[in-house]
Amino acid sequence: MIAESLAGKRIAITGSTGFVGTALVERLLRSVPDCELVLLVRDGRRTPAPQRVERELLKNDAFDRLREQHAAPDSTETFKQMTARRITTVAGDVSSDGLGLSDDDRLTWSTANLIIHSAASVSFDSPLDRAVEINLLGPTRIAALCQELGVTPHLVAVSTCYVAGNRRGNAPEELVSAGPFDIGLSWKAEVAAARRLQGDTEALSRLPERLVQFRKDARAELGAAGAPALAGKTEQLRERWVKDQLVEAGRARAASVGWPDAYAYTKALGEQALTDTKGNVPVSIVRPSIIESAWAEPKPGWIRGFRMAEPVIISYARGLLKEFPGVPEGTVDVIPVDIVVAALIGVAAAGPDKAPAITQVASGGVNPLKYRAMIDYISGWFTEHPLYDPEGQPILVPEWNFPGRGKVEGQLTRARNMLSRTEKTLQALPLRGRQAEFTATLDSRRTEIESALQYVELYGLYTECEAIYQVDNLIGLWDTLDAHDQAEFNFDPRVVDWEHYITQVHLPSIVQHARVKTTPGKSRSADRMVRLRTQVLDPKRHVVAFDLENTLISSNVVESYSFLATRRLNGPERARYVIRTLAEAPALLKMDKRDRTDFLRHFYRRYEDAPIEQIEEDATAMMHQLIMTKSFPEGLRRVRQHRALGHRTILITGALEFAVAGLKPLFDEIVAAEMSVRPDGTYSGEMKTVPPTGEARAQILSDYCDAEGFRLDECVAYADSSSDLPLFEAVGFPVAVNPETRLAAIARKRGWLVENWSRANGAPKPLLPIGKMMVERERRRVFS
Amino acid sequence: MPRPGFVLEVDKSTPPILFWRGEGFSLERLPADRSRVIYPAEPLAGLDDVDGHIRNALLNPVDMDPLPALLKPDMKLTICFDDASLSLPKMRKPDTRQRIIEAVLDLAAAAGVDDIHLIAALGLHRRMHEYELRHVLGDRIFDAFHPRGMLYQHDAEDYDNLTVIGETDHGEVLEINKRVAESDLVVYANVNQVAMDGGWKSITTGVASYRCLSYHHNPVTLQNTRSLMDRHNSDLHKSVWRLGKVLEDHGPKIFTVETTINTDAFPSPFDFLSKREWEWNAKDRAIYLATQKSLNRTPNRLARKIFHGIESPYATTSVQAGFTPSVHEITLKHVYDQHIVPVEGQTDILTMGIPFISPYNPEGIMNPILVMCMGLGYLFNMYRNKPLVREGGVVIMTHPTYREFNPVHHPSYIDFYDEVLADTTDPVVMSEKWEKKYAEDEWYRHLYRTGNAYHGVHPFYAWYWGAHGQQWAGKVIIVGGDPTAVRRLGFTPASTLDDAFEIASDVVGRSPTISHLHVPGVLVADVV
Repeated sequence: MIAESLAGKRIAITGSTGFVGTALVERLLRSVPDCELVLLVRDGRRTPAPQRVERELLKNDAFDRLREQHAAPDSTETFKQMTARRITTVAGDVSSDGLGLSDDDRLTWSTANLIIHSAASVSFDSPLDRAVEINLLGPTRIAALCQELGVTPHLVAVSTCYVAGNRRGNAPEELVSAGPFDIGLSWKAEVAAARRLQGDTEALSRLPERLVQFRKDARAELGAAGAPALAGKTEQLRERWVKDQLVEAGRARAASVGWPDAYAYTKALGEQALTDTKGNVPVSIVRPSIIESAWAEPKPGWIRGFRMAEPVIISYARGLLKEFPGVPEGTVDVIPVDIVVAALIGVAAAGPDKAPAITQVASGGVNPLKYRAMIDYISGWFTEHPLYDPEGQPILVPEWNFPGRGKVEGQLTRARNMLSRTEKTLQALPLRGRQAEFTATLDSRRTEIESALQYVELYGLYTECEAIYQVDNLIGLWDTLDAHDQAEFNFDPRVVDWEHYITQVHLPSIVQHARVKTTPGKSRSADRMVRLRTQVLDPKRHVVAFDLENTLISSNVVESYSFLATRRLNGPERARYVIRTLAEAPALLKMDKRDRTDFLRHFYRRYEDAPIEQIEEDATAMMHQLIMTKSFPEGLRRVRQHRALGHRTILITGALEFAVAGLKPLFDEIVAAEMSVRPDGTYSGEMKTVPPTGEARAQILSDYCDAEGFRLDECVAYADSSSDLPLFEAVGFPVAVNPETRLAAIARKRGWLVENWSRANGAPKPLLPIGKMMVERERRRVFS
Repeated sequence: MPRPGFVLEVDKSTPPILFWRGEGFSLERLPADRSRVIYPAEPLAGLDDVDGHIRNALLNPVDMDPLPALLKPDMKLTICFDDASLSLPKMRKPDTRQRIIEAVLDLAAAAGVDDIHLIAALGLHRRMHEYELRHVLGDRIFDAFHPRGMLYQHDAEDYDNLTVIGETDHGEVLEINKRVAESDLVVYANVNQVAMDGGWKSITTGVASYRCLSYHHNPVTLQNTRSLMDRHNSDLHKSVWRLGKVLEDHGPKIFTVETTINTDAFPSPFDFLSKREWEWNAKDRAIYLATQKSLNRTPNRLARKIFHGIESPYATTSVQAGFTPSVHEITLKHVYDQHIVPVEGQTDILTMGIPFISPYNPEGIMNPILVMCMGLGYLFNMYRNKPLVREGGVVIMTHPTYREFNPVHHPSYIDFYDEVLADTTDPVVMSEKWEKKYAEDEWYRHLYRTGNAYHGVHPFYAWYWGAHGQQWAGKVIIVGGDPTAVRRLGFTPASTLDDAFEIASDVVGRSPTISHLHVPGVLVADVV
């Protein structure tokens, strides 16, 4: 009797926020009413462990069934009371020695009669060092802690069938070292090597030439986003590089010694290490194969997170993956999560004496699912229930040809290379708005292909794995159960009807989880923009910051200057001006690209000696003759919409104060570049303060909010360029207006509102931004 | 002797008829035996010595003392003049207003008057550009007055410089420009192109405030203005005349100078536009084909430039001065002499070609709202007694109706199109729901006052202008228009005139009777 034998036990569980862990906690709470749980959970970056249990574990829909039971009128305690009574959370981490427990928690931990260790770095592409610390050393750390505390609870460690490595034929339930194919690896040597490699890679990543390259890449991605943003990005790129190197190292090392990937390799060594170091702690190892959604418990199709096969299936259904490698007559060893959980409980209930040392939970040996059958079920189902593309057209699933892995990888690699070349070319062009968004589409397309490629690389290895996992111990254990336990804790892989499982249970569940389009009709992304716009135009927002150039008008400081400089020139003088400016243009552009502030300072020198009175008059003319013709009517309307809603509107621009004076009625506040004035009534050409560009804008807005008592996370910012990233990141509601390629890609990734505003159709399009020729008499008017 | 206007019954031998289509035109065949074309009269002969007639009118005014007798050395004299919405197209230099004002200034100088202001009577129209002022007034007047701040444009939003004169028995408050109100004498220099203009309307709208205009520029008044060209059956003009009475009783002394012009609008090579199609000679046909073909290949922007560059060789047909209502009666007689065409009975369909220009887009873009205003507001209203089309009949217009706007002149039109028309095309609904927001918008006010933008409320007025036609017509079809824009206006798009007749058959059956209002040329159909 399983429930009885576990009654009154304190069960410590690691990895409870994971897929198996969640199902395990739920099952124990529901089916073993008299046990208590001690959960080892890592502190989150912001949330401490007990809160993580509340949010990430107990809120999961796996607990819906339990919650309902406790909400019933005859229930004696609420779900909350029950979990508070039965669950104790300790903060700790299997990747640190002693599990990183505090003294109190060590005491709590020592009271456990049973430990189920299901924490693992399951991601098939985890970096070597992480995989070693968690998968290889994790179990030994638990055993070591038990020895330290002087306790001997039954330790049930979750491993994987794939520790058997790349091999054909039967894989029995025994340690790898006990089998015929062992090559005698020393796990200690592997740990030392992995740690050294991690240190070396870290050092390599800090070589000057690498750092220069990271910085260059960061600039290419963000543009002139200002020093702090660039620094953040550079460091992020460095860390990603280290990780990629270690992932690659893990994969290479695993392949070199006969495992499909670092996960299986570290798990295999982990079993070995645990066996070597367990001392007097009784250990049972449970090895599931590929765990997928639940067959029946807590409800059919329950799944947590996106796992191994799902991304592949969804990519296939979206038409992204035309083919997937595999042999049609091969076996895909899939096992529903509830069977794994029941087996774990069964092993735990049997106790250290009766439980087999190793139990495999797999279907291949007794109820195989053939690859061809699986593909047929999947393509049949998606033909009947197609996904829809953004235009609302059904996506036709491709015919599956069972090609070799190399061929599929080749296809995808070619597609990716072509896309990234196109993207690079487009990024070099000065595109904005809708064209730029097209590049963003390419970008997300490329990301999709890249991830598909990864899946193919990683999971392809598994489809090629033709080992048949023996489940004699599992069946043996099953046969000892009475009818009641067999009904309550079903871990017999033979009960699964694959056709029913795939078409009725698994696919409907993952399609729902994937949030893909399953109905015809227009894309929801338009709805998303409408929703985002409603949020932005909510009366609750506080301050709305606007950039000027290319956000509200399609003009720039050079044009303003040209207008003002030429307004009082005659024909030949104008021609000379235009030629001179065109000649200077490349140098100016280059300077602007490098540093906007320097460019503005340099450029504004040209206003030196300009009489204030004349500039004021000419600036008014410019407002109507140049700025209004180049304005975006929707943008100006939006500013007024915000004001009507009671938001503070603030214009932050690097343009000169007098050049934007005509826009005053639109804004509550204008922050512009200010030029100092000489006593003789002329401009000095020198700036009073740093022109508000780049990261200075974020600072200005933040200072303004502080001074006026507003909250930055209730602010909206409209801007057009990736140099405004610091501003975008500072506010709660960024809006990318006519984004250039880089910003379009960023906005899409982060789910920002994107507006495409254009000049009024039919607005005059002067060839050159120079002032209208004035009547001779007006032109000659002299300002003192 | 110019030939009068007449009605042509279309038969099998009638050549295709000219239709305006914005910056272009087409020749369309109308169904024989049930269509008629209303042709305007040929331009009347002009006066030989316009300056002489002006001087004569100033010295021998109607119901008033001669101008020199009204001028005193220490007086405040204000001269108001019509803005760029008159004439259309603009007249060749020298403009009649320049002639009038120069004559007045000569007399004022002789009388030793120093305090003279010149005010452009804009109402809620856009401020004129400097070159437009120079065109209307001439360089001499401009250079003499403008730099000294004595030539400026009326500002209907400058409440410091507006003053209330009084109230009518209907509760309409007359609020006008302070300088005008405080002048000892106001001279109004007018150009009358159509019967709607002039009279008390010149001052009570041209230098009034937004508040004052809203008494008669509203949907209900305009729905009962039948028509704009028939003062005695127009609620708008009745309201204006009541305000005029207040002005007469409590306001400054006003000396009105009105002039009428003939319909000689198109100089060579566009003069074939004013000819009757069967009288086109080989040269006319060649020019038509050449222009039409090249216009089809010309971008809108350029075509617009060509057409707005036209300066018309109008001739002045009369000059009269003195007491406003008396002067206006004489003016109306001269206007009608040129415009009236007697027509018998109504038809099921009215067709008209919409030109490139309306009173609200001199030098600008004929945006979709102005297409509606020109079609249902102006051309539909070119009648006396009853409309050319029966009630519930179909109005068919031809115009490209592009979704283009001039952002400097028409900023509030852009928002009106995007925001208001997307919500409703019913003038009554929009006046209640939206008008106030646009009228009081700080930004539009700023652009109207400092730039060259129409007042924020102006698109509403342009829309109300067509309120009567909109109410009267059972269906409105635009041929050759951008379908999205046409639908936004609440009309039905059609690709060809034949398609339009097909669409109209839902309303008027398979063999409707058709009137075509022949534009260019201006006419007022006297429908009996």
